[in-house]
Amino acid sequence: MSHLSERLAQLKSENRAAFIAYLPAGFPTVEKSKAAIEVLVKNGVDIVEIGFPYSDPIMDGPIIQEAADIALANGTGASEVLEILGFTTNLKVPAVVMTYWNPIEQYGISKFADAIKSANGSGVITPDLSLEEANPWIRESDRAGINNIFVAAPSSAPERLSQVASACSGFVYAASLMGVTGTRTSVSSSAKDLVSRIRESVQTPVCVGLGVSTPEQAKEVASYADGVIVGSALIRVLLEQPDFETGLKELAVLTKSLAEGIRQAR
Amino acid sequence: MSTTAETANSTYLSSFPLGHFGEYGGRFVPEALVAALDELAQMHIQTQADPTFIAELDELHRTYSGRPSIITEAKRFSAYAGGARIILKREDLNHTGSHKINNVLGQALLTKRMGKSRVIAETGAGQHGVATATAAALMGLECVVYMGEEDTKRQALNVARMKLLGAQVVPVTSGSRTLKDAINEAMRDWVTNVADTHYILGTVAGPHPFPTMVRDFHRIIGDEARAQVLELTGKLPDAVLACVGGGSNAIGIFYPFIQDASVRLIGLEAGGDGIETGRHASAISGGRPGVLHGARSYMLQDKNGQTRESHSISAGLDYPGVGPEHSYLHDIGRAEYRPITDKEAMEAFSLLSRTEGIIPAIETAHALAGAMKVGNELGPNSTLLINLSGRGDKDVETAANYFENLKM
Repeated sequence: MSHLSERLAQLKSENRAAFIAYLPAGFPTVEKSKAAIEVLVKNGVDIVEIGFPYSDPIMDGPIIQEAADIALANGTGASEVLEILGFTTNLKVPAVVMTYWNPIEQYGISKFADAIKSANGSGVITPDLSLEEANPWIRESDRAGINNIFVAAPSSAPERLSQVASACSGFVYAASLMGVTGTRTSVSSSAKDLVSRIRESVQTPVCVGLGVSTPEQAKEVASYADGVIVGSALIRVLLEQPDFETGLKELAVLTKSLAEGIRQAR
Repeated sequence: MSTTAETANSTYLSSFPLGHFGEYGGRFVPEALVAALDELAQMHIQTQADPTFIAELDELHRTYSGRPSIITEAKRFSAYAGGARIILKREDLNHTGSHKINNVLGQALLTKRMGKSRVIAETGAGQHGVATATAAALMGLECVVYMGEEDTKRQALNVARMKLLGAQVVPVTSGSRTLKDAINEAMRDWVTNVADTHYILGTVAGPHPFPTMVRDFHRIIGDEARAQVLELTGKLPDAVLACVGGGSNAIGIFYPFIQDASVRLIGLEAGGDGIETGRHASAISGGRPGVLHGARSYMLQDKNGQTRESHSISAGLDYPGVGPEHSYLHDIGRAEYRPITDKEAMEAFSLLSRTEGIIPAIETAHALAGAMKVGNELGPNSTLLINLSGRGDKDVETAANYFENLKM
């Protein structure tokens, strides 16, 4: 069982949802992204999702695009992503990598799965790896003993949704709405519906992402999902502040309030 | 005439799962798009065999875009191509000025069939955007076109045309601000609005069914040209040439010739400043396989799998990827792909204008520069069929600046 699965099981026994935070590796620099991850972990994040910055992130809105551009301009590649993954797991927090498919394919599918395992990573989220193309990756991630997490969407018909959910290990990533990452003023009503549809076919925990940005939204989602994924809202804090130190302080404040919201949900 | 090609071609890819061309193609997309792609794939197969749909599209071709397009023998240009017999397939004479309309009319009809009311498109040179805006106007569909900010400057005339046609043009300011980023932005729109929106992808790239469907809408170029050349010369051409960005005009003219083993198929990629400089847009000649925009194909990328920026004087070829069927045709040796530099393309642009009174698109000029080389290699007894994919009105300013700078 991965550290990720253990943590999710433990939180389930405590009757609360997990707080999963996303940050792109190397944003704004390798060292600063480590500092930001430390702030997240100290202020109540249960699981860290490390983004592999990519040149053509079609599932991401403007905030993550901007952060990824900064990370790429700093030369962030596979070795930096893996370094930050190792740093994160050393903080005794379960961590996964979220990456578009081409960086895995170019690194080498088998080699990438092994490298995630070596860095003590629990698994990989692949937002653009369609099920039809996923067999080589599922095989290698199973062999390496890491989780493979796919993104389920509200548009999927029941049979398809069941196939996607069944292919996931660790957790099922439920996209709260039809759209890209980013902050939204409210969480779509399709999220709750999607979570219950997924639970009809699998026992795997279901975590909700896309558009969750305020403590109120986090609390709402945490009342029914096994985990709440927040990304853009955290990155926005770092992008908006004039200097990184102030950004980290603001990040701590937001992280703490999101964690409180999640803990008050049930 | 196309029956033979059809029967033969049905076996050419039959050993692969639908949407796959050897190891290329496939579908690498957010799950949110899968249902829409499945619907589209099914609709495509259904309508290919639906006499009502076929008749409807055929009427639009004949009465709206002006098909069949003619062939023109370029007798004076021939002197610069080793004396080879040069036959131009005049897609530049289609309504809106390029081959792009063939695909757009087909996909716009599909949009109506699927009950969707809004279309989006990406565009580089603006030809696909203009064609999409045109079809949207004709069929009463809302239309949004994504165009890299860089390209809105290079192709200002086409921006104005799209706006006149009632489309909204969104300049894309992310990444390299060219075609690749316009596709990213269109994909993001589609993921969000897929319930009422169809994405009219303009080339034979992208996730299944786009490479197959767009090819099927463009094969009319090759079907017509094959018959026209046979009628004119009594034999098949020795080579068929076309420029390749994403590769839609090339696959359209190549496809019906694939089983004609004696016919060489030659795709001309944008070599920019030269492959050796790294500043080019030649995915096959200067790239390696990877996944971009939903499919596996040759592409320009760094060691981490990040897409590299492409460079070309031609906005329509300035794309770091290429359609997956071209990657397959390259690997099995059925088609050849060669780079043409900006300089070679502009010489051919000027030559065709002066010798034949036809100003080609700069994209198309790459194919003409290829014809000059291949004609010299094959000699005066050879016949070359070239897809004259678009006209150069949109490029007059770029060309004027280019030749003006040369004088300095």
